[in-house]
Amino acid sequence: MDEVIPPQLLQLKGITKEFPGCLANDRIDLDIQEGEIHALLGENGAGKSTLVKIIYGVLRPDEGELWWKGKLTQIPRPANARQLGIGMVFQHFSLFEAMTTLQNVALALPTINLDDLREKLEQTAEAYGLVLHPEHYVHDLSMGERQRIEIVRCLLQNPKLFILDEPTSVLTPQETEILFHTLRKIASEGRAVLYISHKLEEVRSLCDRATILRGGKKVDACIPSEESAHSLAEKMIGQKIEMVEKKSSIEKSGMQLEVESLHADPKQPHGVKLSDLHFHVSSGEVLGIAGIAGNGQGELMGILTGETGSPASGAIRMLSKEVNTLNPIQRRMLGAVFLPEERLGHAAVAEMTLSENTFLTSADQMHFDKRGWINWPAVANFSNQIIDDFDVRTTGEEALASSLSGGNLQKFIVGREILQHPKLLIISQPTWGVDAGAAAEIHRKIQVYAESGAAVLLISQDLDEIFLLSHRIAVISQGTLSLAEAAHEMSVEQVGLLMGMRHDQKSGNAAA
Amino acid sequence: MLRLEPRVSHSSLAAWLSPLLAMLFTALTGALIFMALGKPAGTTLYLYFIDPLTTSSSLSEVAVKAGPLILIGIGLSIGFRAGVWNIGAEGQYILGALFGSSLAVYFHESTNPWILPAMLLLGILGGMVWAAIPALLKTRFNSNEILVSLMLVYVAELLLIHLVQGPWRNPQGWGFPGTRMFPDAALMPMLFRGYRFHLGSVIAFLVPILAWIILSRSRFGYSIRVFGSAPLAARYSGINPKKMIWISLLAGGGFAGLAGIIEATSTIGQLMPKISPGYGFTAIIVAFLGRLDPRGVLLAGMIIAVTYIGGENAHVSAGLPKAVTGLFQGIILFYLLAFDLLTHYRVRFISRTAGAS
Repeated sequence: MDEVIPPQLLQLKGITKEFPGCLANDRIDLDIQEGEIHALLGENGAGKSTLVKIIYGVLRPDEGELWWKGKLTQIPRPANARQLGIGMVFQHFSLFEAMTTLQNVALALPTINLDDLREKLEQTAEAYGLVLHPEHYVHDLSMGERQRIEIVRCLLQNPKLFILDEPTSVLTPQETEILFHTLRKIASEGRAVLYISHKLEEVRSLCDRATILRGGKKVDACIPSEESAHSLAEKMIGQKIEMVEKKSSIEKSGMQLEVESLHADPKQPHGVKLSDLHFHVSSGEVLGIAGIAGNGQGELMGILTGETGSPASGAIRMLSKEVNTLNPIQRRMLGAVFLPEERLGHAAVAEMTLSENTFLTSADQMHFDKRGWINWPAVANFSNQIIDDFDVRTTGEEALASSLSGGNLQKFIVGREILQHPKLLIISQPTWGVDAGAAAEIHRKIQVYAESGAAVLLISQDLDEIFLLSHRIAVISQGTLSLAEAAHEMSVEQVGLLMGMRHDQKSGNAAA
Repeated sequence: MLRLEPRVSHSSLAAWLSPLLAMLFTALTGALIFMALGKPAGTTLYLYFIDPLTTSSSLSEVAVKAGPLILIGIGLSIGFRAGVWNIGAEGQYILGALFGSSLAVYFHESTNPWILPAMLLLGILGGMVWAAIPALLKTRFNSNEILVSLMLVYVAELLLIHLVQGPWRNPQGWGFPGTRMFPDAALMPMLFRGYRFHLGSVIAFLVPILAWIILSRSRFGYSIRVFGSAPLAARYSGINPKKMIWISLLAGGGFAGLAGIIEATSTIGQLMPKISPGYGFTAIIVAFLGRLDPRGVLLAGMIIAVTYIGGENAHVSAGLPKAVTGLFQGIILFYLLAFDLLTHYRVRFISRTAGAS
């Protein structure tokens, strides 16, 4: 920092924001210079989103100062932020699905002639290397394309500071590259980018500087390119991380899950139709199904658990038995367990105790149901065992599920399923929104359990997780599945390409 | 500007404090109303809330009134826990009375001791049949059970009026609407000479205990709670949603039907055009005042019964209009909902223009 310092665009001094029961931002300092891409790095709950909302005028700080271009400023509302020249692309898009790209852009801008706007939109998109079709309807577009609309919409307002909140969580690796190219171009024009993420490799390759938050405090600042992903992760969570090692040779034995020619119609209005899925998982093996959210993972999970009824056609065999028409309880009795993506409200009931949540899936296998009456003391024992074995930080088995942090609750739920000693573990997004420490522990438990001879099907959008745990990898896209291939023969780029295409007929002859 | 912010945590103590506060505020509001009507607030409040608890005969009356409220309240609280909003208990109550009483009407000279148990069973069945209509429509066509069950109340009322004025009218009744008086064998035994406290009241006090054991210890009770608080988790667990909807409505209907036939065979002894002072609707207040917990419903049933008896007291002794009873029940519900809201949210006053600090 001894060199010539470029002009300060935004400076935060001692920003503090308290919510009931939680100090979300604790005296945070931050400065952003013109022309830089600045990373705001931290785990879920570190205070990143709160800080950004304060900059964008969605929230007001309890204390602290905000300086814009060297002047003390207040930003009471998003409209003021936009006037100053702050633009933001949110993690969740705000687009109307039933309107075209052009109409969506027009909605956000002051009245303007649609023909002029179309021209401007095309110019801007081209200038930044963003492929956009003004007349296409949003509901037909991929997540990457939707994000481009948001970005162009933001750029048309000519912002000086451009904020992106977790922008790559819905993108393929290729789409991510395009985004990075655009962001570098934006920075080269002297605008600044504030890039919020917890993905370390991305931050390393893209960002000039990084500010690291943990528990609402600024704990460190660094130049990401001079760090390794490992050292960044340790700064982020504030402790040493043990990496898990995957055994490349595994002893495969019996086939525990076989899916053949599976077709299923969506049960919900905007659901994805599953067509012609083939895959199998053997004992001791982890099959990873990668894919971008909303490509049929939820539908596949529903069909596998038996929650959404039987498939239209095809066969699902669990532990050598056809289960097409079996309900979740019957499938569990065969020795399968399931873990859906949503923790609260699906895998667990928020307002129930841990013991009551234990009973949710273990009632029959663990014989807690005695002719319709519940053996609560036995359930409590089992819950305590889960808490001990999986290192769940809680006040005890009587604590409400909602009182646990995401990571601790996830550890509890994973423990609940694994300690039932299933032969088949079907798990979706096991570390979604979980802190890095808990995630590493969950990964280790899953891996150890697979090595002990269980078959594991892992459905995840997190490519790092897929590569870390899987022996074979398949990719789901638009309700179709690619042929599973050995993980060590696949690269991130290959998987990324598979994420963007349909896999019709590809796996048709390859059933095992 | 006023804004509601969700509280981070809300204790179960607050959940039980809320009905207590609601009753306290109801009494205070009542005092204001009495004063506005020119009545001495203290004396009238005493007449209303305390006097019904002072003599054995008025206590017996409270118990008799509490019976149907508790029974219906228990049934409703099972459904409400499961998130199934059966608002038509009044109709199910009437159908229970109709089904059960048919035996007494057609066998009006019977002395068979089994006629009463048979009537009770038929009463339960009648309530269930009426509740099965919204259950069928909801599980088949996803129609709204609130509307269907509510509208069926009016159908039930008209059916009752039609029967007691037409086919079931007492031939020796000088043309007044109403059935024959039931034979003795079809009447609930009174337990103490000189008091109206009867066997049906005993049933009403035993049911909550049974319901509490079932809800807290059985897998069925557990399933009901899971289905009500997290339908997706229930599906994941393997709980059949249609079964839960059916059971919720049938339980509500069955208990309301039981309450109806108990009322017909005890305090009334025949069928008349009007056999309920709105028990089916008041029981909704009872269920919520009792926090959908059988123990609470038992207590709440007693409290609301006091407002009925107190209302009559105030009508007779202080010359207050009878509508005061309904007014008080409404005020209780109003305060209860308000305090419930405040246990989950805090109210913040926010000025839109003020600065950051």
